[in-house]
Amino acid sequence: MTFIRDFMVKKGEDMRIAVLSGKGGTGKTLVSVNLASAADSAVYIDCDVEEPDGHLFFKPQIVSSEEIAVKLPSIDNGLCNGCRKCVDFCKFNALAFIKGRPCVFEDVCHSCGGCTLVCPERAITETDRAVGEIRKGTSGSVTAYTGILKPGEESGVPIIKRIMQASGSEGDALRIIDCPPGSACVVVESIRDADYCILVAEPTVFGVHNLNMVYGLVKLFNKPFGAVLNKCLDGENPAEKFCIENSIPIIGRIPFDTELGKMNSDAEIAARESKKYKELFSDLLRTAMKEARRETAFDTQR
Amino acid sequence: MKIAIPMDEKDLKTSVCPSFGRAPYFLIYNTESGESLFLDNSAVASQGGAGIKAAQTLVDSGVKALLTPRCGENAEEVLRTAEISIFKTIAGTAQQNIDAFKANQLSVLNDIHPGFHGQKG
Repeated sequence: MTFIRDFMVKKGEDMRIAVLSGKGGTGKTLVSVNLASAADSAVYIDCDVEEPDGHLFFKPQIVSSEEIAVKLPSIDNGLCNGCRKCVDFCKFNALAFIKGRPCVFEDVCHSCGGCTLVCPERAITETDRAVGEIRKGTSGSVTAYTGILKPGEESGVPIIKRIMQASGSEGDALRIIDCPPGSACVVVESIRDADYCILVAEPTVFGVHNLNMVYGLVKLFNKPFGAVLNKCLDGENPAEKFCIENSIPIIGRIPFDTELGKMNSDAEIAARESKKYKELFSDLLRTAMKEARRETAFDTQR
Repeated sequence: MKIAIPMDEKDLKTSVCPSFGRAPYFLIYNTESGESLFLDNSAVASQGGAGIKAAQTLVDSGVKALLTPRCGENAEEVLRTAEISIFKTIAGTAQQNIDAFKANQLSVLNDIHPGFHGQKG
């Protein structure tokens, strides 16, 4: 069964592939945009909400957008009896108790709603605060979702939660998730439902340090994963060495190539513009999907 | 009048802790009686909002002034609302700072830094 599945191109197969790296500028968007473009059809989800740039390549025709808001407590001092239960309850320290009344620190609040529940006087209600938006658009065979966090906002997590939910309405599809850099909460949220993770790595010692961060993350969350070595030159590649030493499967290599660099800096999608790169990213997509299916089959057997 | 100082150790002869919100202890010193006591800072291991929680500890302990090398904007807001003055410490021990405070030699802390609460989940 596994044998047949490996060589079948299943139409409308549901698969989520997350692309991540320990720092920015490694090639997450390059890999994500080109994988989505190399597929017959795909949903591209830009979760790098602080600096989404996938749309610069896709130049999508926007079909819909949605404002994203979080809940914040609002305290009616007329109803508040100063019992302090809300302040004592808040594990995020978003409430302080001063001169007999609670006060809210909006940027520390996690919108859990706990304070509204514990208030015996029902003096706390929740109000909306807009933190960003998501946009849906189309570009050829790709449906592109973009998450945008408002400048100055602290956390992109609410936007990523909603973009994942919204893009779920596309039904069975290949989803390519372009993650934020690093290994913080926003990345955790981005890979939560991923079937497979691609770690993009640079051939430097610094690149290895960053690779190690996301390697630790995907292991912690027990996600199947493989590495793509970007900016490959002749000679020693510390990232490759790290992969071999840690038995990380290397599922693709992208050369350090002026032609690719130029296309990318002109916001062109290499897989659409160049036969060579269409082949490279199609191969990478096939390998990633095969690895993901193998892991799923292996999981089922266990 | 009671004043507070963030401390690494429970000893007046040791230096002031460089952090306010994440200091392990607060020295609460009574300038009239000369009494001192050390409070554990329950905010030291907080995921976020440590400055707010640490400031809350001081509000609850009834101090009128905080002597600290640094203070974040959220903690400053709590302290300001509670009318607790913030003074900048000088190099040296807690005792030397208490002496300097009593002699009106400490200046008001003006350089309030932005918080480090970008790491929330």
